[in-house]
Amino acid sequence: MKIKALSRSVEAYQPAGSKNSKMPKNLDPAIHPFERAREYTKALTAVKMQRMFAQPFLAQLGEGHVDGVYSMAKDPNSLERLASGSGDGIVKTWDLSRSYDKAEGWHTTAHENIVKSVCWTRDQKLLTCGTDRKIQLYDPYNTPSESEPLSTWLGSASWNSLSHHRSRNSFAAAGGSGGISIYDLERHSAAPEVLAWPNATDTINAVAFNQVETSILGSCGSDRSIIFYDLRTATPIAKTVLTFACNAISFNPMEGMNCAVASEDHSVYLFDMRKVDRALNILKDHVAAVMDVEFSPTGQELVTASYDRTIRLWNRDQGHSRDIYHTKRMQRCYSAMWTPDSKYILSGSDDGNIRLWRANASAREGMKSARQRQSMEYNDALVERYKHMPEIRRIHRHRHMPKVVKKAGEIKTEELQALKKREENERRHTKKQFDRRRSERDKVILAKEK
Amino acid sequence: MEVDELEITERPSAKAHDNGAVAIKRARTQLIPKHELERRKRNKQAQRDYGRGTGIDVKTIKDKKLRRNLKGLEQKYKQAAESAKDAEILLENTSGFLEAEEELERTWRVTQNEIESSVSLEASKKRFDLKLDQLGPYQFDYDRTGRMLLLGGAKGHIATMDWRQGKLGCEINLQEKVRAVKYLHNTNYFSVSQKNQVYIYDSRGVELHCLRSLQEVTHMEFLPYHYLLTTLGLTGWLKYTDVSTGKLVSEIRTGLGQPTAMEINPWNAIVHAGHNNGTVTLWSPNNSEPLVKLLCHKGPVKSVAVDREGRYMVSCGNDRKMAVWDIRMFREVNSYFTRAPASSVSISDRGVTAVGWSTSVTLWKDLFVKNRKDQIKVESPYMTWGGEGKSIEQVKYCPFEDVLGIGHDEGFSSIIVPGAGEANFDAMEVNPYETVKQRRETEVKGLLNKLQPEMIALDPNFIGNLDLRSDKQRREARDLDAKPVDIETDIRNRARGKNSALRKYLRKQRTKNNIIDEKRLKVDELWKQQQEQNQERRQEKAAELGPALGRFARKEQ
Repeated sequence: MKIKALSRSVEAYQPAGSKNSKMPKNLDPAIHPFERAREYTKALTAVKMQRMFAQPFLAQLGEGHVDGVYSMAKDPNSLERLASGSGDGIVKTWDLSRSYDKAEGWHTTAHENIVKSVCWTRDQKLLTCGTDRKIQLYDPYNTPSESEPLSTWLGSASWNSLSHHRSRNSFAAAGGSGGISIYDLERHSAAPEVLAWPNATDTINAVAFNQVETSILGSCGSDRSIIFYDLRTATPIAKTVLTFACNAISFNPMEGMNCAVASEDHSVYLFDMRKVDRALNILKDHVAAVMDVEFSPTGQELVTASYDRTIRLWNRDQGHSRDIYHTKRMQRCYSAMWTPDSKYILSGSDDGNIRLWRANASAREGMKSARQRQSMEYNDALVERYKHMPEIRRIHRHRHMPKVVKKAGEIKTEELQALKKREENERRHTKKQFDRRRSERDKVILAKEK
Repeated sequence: MEVDELEITERPSAKAHDNGAVAIKRARTQLIPKHELERRKRNKQAQRDYGRGTGIDVKTIKDKKLRRNLKGLEQKYKQAAESAKDAEILLENTSGFLEAEEELERTWRVTQNEIESSVSLEASKKRFDLKLDQLGPYQFDYDRTGRMLLLGGAKGHIATMDWRQGKLGCEINLQEKVRAVKYLHNTNYFSVSQKNQVYIYDSRGVELHCLRSLQEVTHMEFLPYHYLLTTLGLTGWLKYTDVSTGKLVSEIRTGLGQPTAMEINPWNAIVHAGHNNGTVTLWSPNNSEPLVKLLCHKGPVKSVAVDREGRYMVSCGNDRKMAVWDIRMFREVNSYFTRAPASSVSISDRGVTAVGWSTSVTLWKDLFVKNRKDQIKVESPYMTWGGEGKSIEQVKYCPFEDVLGIGHDEGFSSIIVPGAGEANFDAMEVNPYETVKQRRETEVKGLLNKLQPEMIALDPNFIGNLDLRSDKQRREARDLDAKPVDIETDIRNRARGKNSALRKYLRKQRTKNNIIDEKRLKVDELWKQQQEQNQERRQEKAAELGPALGRFARKEQ
């Protein structure tokens, strides 16, 4: 007879003199009953914790500006430097590595009026432009505050936007003159090269260099157009006209062909610049004009600043925002951007403050033990897995919103529904019923020119 | 090409042609190398042991993004199962066994003395007898980790002990009748059903609570994940008490009189209650009606046990029958006889079934095997014990050990049953060697992740599934004022149109399944009515046509 009975020694599992006991695992599903129910319960707790710990606002930088902050730029060669331009012509730089109240660094009065755009060069100098038709070049790292500009360019009209080339020492400036001037920083006195769509005279609101396809430029103007240019041939490539004008343009830093534009009609449009007759995606949630948009350094997410006094965060491939940030004191938001590590958001608003937010509202900084990290990853995965369940989805989506924004959202929905109903009625009783329905993504395009 | 040589040698003449060519029954036409075949086999096994059912057929999904996501997910699930299978080599222990080496040896002839002498010294210490012949017969319970033993003598003797070390925890004499004892979520608390009420004591034997709402409770079970104490009393009320809040979650009148047995299905937390009329009823706290009524015995049900994966149930009755049931389909698998009505039955983690009847205990192995399609009727028991005049009160296995506890009128016996216990425990689930700190942490975690009573259902995996009913259907389900649906009009409405449509519907409904419920009865009635009508009509027509032409009367379509 062969006989064996189980015998485990206690010493093997609780070694004498050691605090660490052995924790064997057995993955047999039979000894893990109620798998789904337990996971679901854990997911519910996890999502509640997420909302409980959601505190997006970190700090405001220094004293801010006296006037509203209308433009911001981060130094591409540094993780902590950024510059901001205010409505009273003052430009300041900020250092994020210092404590928030001492973050203010260099400053100067760059323009007589509003600073429309600031931009860093590759050699860490600062370009600013304003409505006083000037473009100034400063060296904030090496000169004291309130020092004179290194050089100045005078344009024929006010400037609206600046963008620097990824590698070459040149920048693009655009504004009221209707074209884009490419200045070469190595030849200060040379006349700029001008790119323009034939016969285009309207103001250009924003211009941006593509950081992947470095010779491509995009611009959006007050004639509701989005135009893409190629520097190599010095010609515009494509132009598309939307139903509303756009305020800002941002290229995806990972997928160079994609870009996002912030439109006056409350939404953000994502385009593939190779195929501009249709939007890739429409991001709808804001209840006022979107003033600024930026892709995160990962290319997966976006941040928008809006005239409705909120900042929203978006996933590139979803139509609605994943989060909304606001404070009682924050006024109209004119600029928002990601920090280069894509963990934080910076926003500049009409009340003159620059605010720092967490990109993930419930995330916390600082070192975490491996165990804590593991459990947080596990919780995130659980929430992701069960987020379709009604209770979890409700908690996951719950946000406190300013009453005005909420009300405006309701009114907007109602109005849109009314419009839609009207259109449907019209369609039902006229010849239009024989037309093919157009998708929303097609509808935004009024015209396309080549 | 390689050929399967075995097939050829088996029947060379039968398949051989005149010219000497041999027809091969199973030619290897696939160019799959051996290691690949082995890998596939292993993956299949992994899916069987660790998979979570059949996956989704991603090829049929039209939405590109969804298809890609689901494809990734399916791949992840597959990998998870495979790596779980690979992790099997990390399991430390192998389970025990008792096997006959020679042809004439029988495992059931092996006595406890023989086992004790041939297993390791440490294992042999697990066999012991407690002679407590004054206050018996004894009920008992092991805690979840299997470390502590709680004894309850019918005449009021309560004792807890660390049975491996033989150390007494607490001992009290209640001087009152003890009907049932049960450990709660850990060794710190246990509940005792006394003459009138249920009391909760702590590990030192101090009375903490008196649950006055639970009167004259005869059967007590505890759901460790839900923190629910389920009790069945003499009056036949099934009550669920949340021991973490002290609230009575649900009380249900069984309406079947004094219960005779109760068992929890550890897989889905459904209560199996046995009754005097031979039925076993299945209850959840969310339904006032039994989920299932199962007529198991011709006479009172004596005891019920369910295996840990909730697939099979063993029931014993006064009719001296021991039946194995497949409780996924509610079908009897096999039935056996006990020489006397069994008093208690229990199933171990690895499926060894212990039946206590009069003064003996019979242990059966492989009454049901997890992965076998058709269960075989077992010829002889695995082990036997007893016949020493101790009338058995209760049998129960100790978790994670090859040990069976037997409570009888002369005290308590612990016997060694090789191959009964789960060899490899998961310390994150239940840890038999947990320290005090770990126990505290487990308690906190358990309370944080306490499952809600609403999650108890026959299929425990219904949670997390989407409610695919339409909005209208859901609203109707919520509407309590709605008129009850008249089944007859419902059938008639469904089978609107030609008369033949009704017939077709009835035919389909009648042959679809063999469950007889109210609807089926109505359908049968309608069917019969129609048949009669047709018959009548035909007879009338035949009479009209006269005796010669009557045979041509048209049959109704």
